[in-house]
Amino acid sequence: MTDTASSRTTQLRVLALAGGIATVASTFLSWTYTAEFPGDLTVYGYPGGLQVLTLTAGLLIALFALSALGVKGLRWLTPTGSTKALQLFALGALATTWFTVIAIAVELGGVVNLEPGGFVAAVATVIPVVAAFLLPDDTRKATRPKELPSWAEILIIVAAFAIGLFVFTYGIDTEYAELFTGYLLTVGFAATALFRAGLIARLNGLTTKYRMIAVSAAFVAAAAFPFTQNTDQFTLIAVNILIFATVALGLNIVVGLAGLLDLGYVAFLGVGAYTAALVSGTTASVFDVHFPFWAAVLTGAVVSLIFGVLIGAPTLRLRGDYLAIVTLGFGEIFRIAVGNLDGVSGPRITNGPNGVPNIPDLNFFGYNFGESHTVLGFELGSYANYYLLMLLAMILVVIVFSRAGNSRIGRAWVAIREDETAATAMGINGFRVKLIAFALGATLAGLAGTVQAHVQHTVVPEMYVFAGPVPPNSAFLLAAVILGGMGTISGPLIGASLLYLIPAKLQFLQDYQLLGFGIALILLMRFRPEGLIANRRAQLEFHETDQLDVPDDKPGAGVSTAKAGA
Amino acid sequence: MNDMTTTTTSTRTTVLDATGVTMRFGGLTAVRSVDLQVSSGEIVGLIGPNGAGKTTFFNCLTGLYVPTEGRVSYKGTVLPPKPHLVTQAGIARTFQNIRLFSNMTVLENVLVGRHTRTKEGLWSALLRGPGFKKAEAASHERAMELLEFIGLQHKADHLARNLPYGEQRKLEIARALASEPGLLLLDEPTAGMNPQETRVTEDLVFAIRDQGIAVLVIEHDMRFIFNLSDRVACLVQGEKLVEGTAEVVQGDERVIAAYLGTPFEGAPGAEEVAEVEAAEADAHSDTSTTGSEGDAK
Repeated sequence: MTDTASSRTTQLRVLALAGGIATVASTFLSWTYTAEFPGDLTVYGYPGGLQVLTLTAGLLIALFALSALGVKGLRWLTPTGSTKALQLFALGALATTWFTVIAIAVELGGVVNLEPGGFVAAVATVIPVVAAFLLPDDTRKATRPKELPSWAEILIIVAAFAIGLFVFTYGIDTEYAELFTGYLLTVGFAATALFRAGLIARLNGLTTKYRMIAVSAAFVAAAAFPFTQNTDQFTLIAVNILIFATVALGLNIVVGLAGLLDLGYVAFLGVGAYTAALVSGTTASVFDVHFPFWAAVLTGAVVSLIFGVLIGAPTLRLRGDYLAIVTLGFGEIFRIAVGNLDGVSGPRITNGPNGVPNIPDLNFFGYNFGESHTVLGFELGSYANYYLLMLLAMILVVIVFSRAGNSRIGRAWVAIREDETAATAMGINGFRVKLIAFALGATLAGLAGTVQAHVQHTVVPEMYVFAGPVPPNSAFLLAAVILGGMGTISGPLIGASLLYLIPAKLQFLQDYQLLGFGIALILLMRFRPEGLIANRRAQLEFHETDQLDVPDDKPGAGVSTAKAGA
Repeated sequence: MNDMTTTTTSTRTTVLDATGVTMRFGGLTAVRSVDLQVSSGEIVGLIGPNGAGKTTFFNCLTGLYVPTEGRVSYKGTVLPPKPHLVTQAGIARTFQNIRLFSNMTVLENVLVGRHTRTKEGLWSALLRGPGFKKAEAASHERAMELLEFIGLQHKADHLARNLPYGEQRKLEIARALASEPGLLLLDEPTAGMNPQETRVTEDLVFAIRDQGIAVLVIEHDMRFIFNLSDRVACLVQGEKLVEGTAEVVQGDERVIAAYLGTPFEGAPGAEEVAEVEAAEADAHSDTSTTGSEGDAK
């Protein structure tokens, strides 16, 4: 009985493997007659465009099928079981390939535009799906990982971040909407599959073990991005993602740690940007001053801080939703006020709707940010300079977030969020602690704003709305924090990347974008309320049965927690 | 025990001195001119029927409510009506319905209790100087000591919400103790506990008293409170009815009346009660032979 069952399992795994190989093979065929479909899928023997994504998915299926078959040297790929991972990889390949085939048929007007290769691919990707879903579930608890020498573990971390950089760069560099959609499908399914296979958890274990190395590797990978680019086109997107992500991370202190709902956060970004613009020495500024950049950053941050205290001081004494309403109002007041300070409706300070144009490029000791520079033989465009500067700002915010979060003040923030009455009864001055969080968030947003003013070369009121098609705006910032995961560092970064890239790459969605985000958020709240990246607390908060808080090496601890959770 | 209290009173100082505390909500007077003193090293019980104003009185003491009239002073200084300043002064409390920070770990809960006894602000957290590390290490050490004291050190990394009920109550006490109070206010510490857990809590409160911390306890479990307390005060309809040793309060007619009610005119006498009970017992034994005894009692 068990013998037949296990032999059937083996057969199905072999079938999945065959399907994966067939999928890989199909990408070497021609899928369509004409080169009208972007990416040139007409060539035999050479995968291009979307075929590369199918090829990758096919390879992953084959690899994990081999791991499921117990091939020596590949077993480490599936510490917590292979079936779920195989299913997800197979679905990813299916989704990407069928999307491509359907896109060809629809865009070129009919199934006739498909070459046999397209049909082969469509059929080949069905095989692993059927096989994987017939496989019995083999989800298991991960065994203690084999001890590797520390250099090998560090090498794994470095390799992981290198792969991460490659995947991210590939996404930013996608040139047409079809490829980006396919990319999202493949990466989405593959990431979930890796999570189900237990690889992500294992990598997390390693990064916690070598925390400093992992953090450095992450930033080196991020700093390496401009060196992979030939033109400024995609570096600009990356700079904007960084600005968006940095501001989202600042908002995460306010929302994620202290639990204060700030619906007008983008106004603090605006305060910083306008301040930097007005002291930048542009001819459009009414102030005839030209601060050096460090002074402009300080001024922008301090002015934002002042506004933060002014808004926070009267409202943070109250509880509940007052803060949300007041910040929502402040966000709108800021936008309308700078729109009216044009010399007609009010004093001429901000030039009204025309904004402050011609903000000069930064210049550090003769290093002009507006020019291209050659570093280590790589040609770096002007946006690469801003990218690296913004990366420094983000590192600062990450340090502030992690250090403040893991301290007396950070614990007080979380305590206030959890139960304000109990927190004050424990001796926490609720008003003071909340004001610090709010002012800190405002300061960090102002700081990001000062860089943003120079990147954009111009600031106008319409950049700082509550909700609009172009991030960052208050609604998208909040969405990035919630989508990514409240209270985490990597969550808002991933959330901001997705929320920036999707509208930037999928221009055809423009009209339906807000509708799409609304639906996506509802689905997220239903199925993964803790966000894409869960912090340990939220993970336990929403999924009681997961026993993540129990350290493995404490026998019996799991039992008692299970009882309490039930 | 009474002898001991009287002989050592001279060396004791008054920790809590509430005089004429009155709390009105609109037309409703929840607490009416209550006086209460607690001396160091003393356990004082506060009893009273539901709605008597015990918790309201607690809230007046801890600054959650500002008393309409009256004065609360701690070790001779009048307390400011802000909860966090009261805690800073040296009064810590627990809550009737557990109010832990449920999504923080057990250790973090206790560390939050250390808030008033540490000074590190945002800047020192960001700069992480040697002073910060030292203070954090000291806080951790003290918190772990407290967890050991209540016997939860092995669960330091668990989320507070995942603890069983009894341990949550204990953790709340540890969190309160973390602020190094001179007076601990316990609001129904044994509510919902079984007899064994109640006994453990009793020992815990004695141990806290032995550390020189005065304790004021609200409780409905009479055996627990009369065992524990040096003195008991009974609050009825916002007024302090009687205060004294366990025997005095237990024997007081007004206390019994407040809990059980007074006999009214034409109340059934003992004979009639016995008659009715006998009739009921008969009726029960007719229909069902088991379980009737429990009902009759």
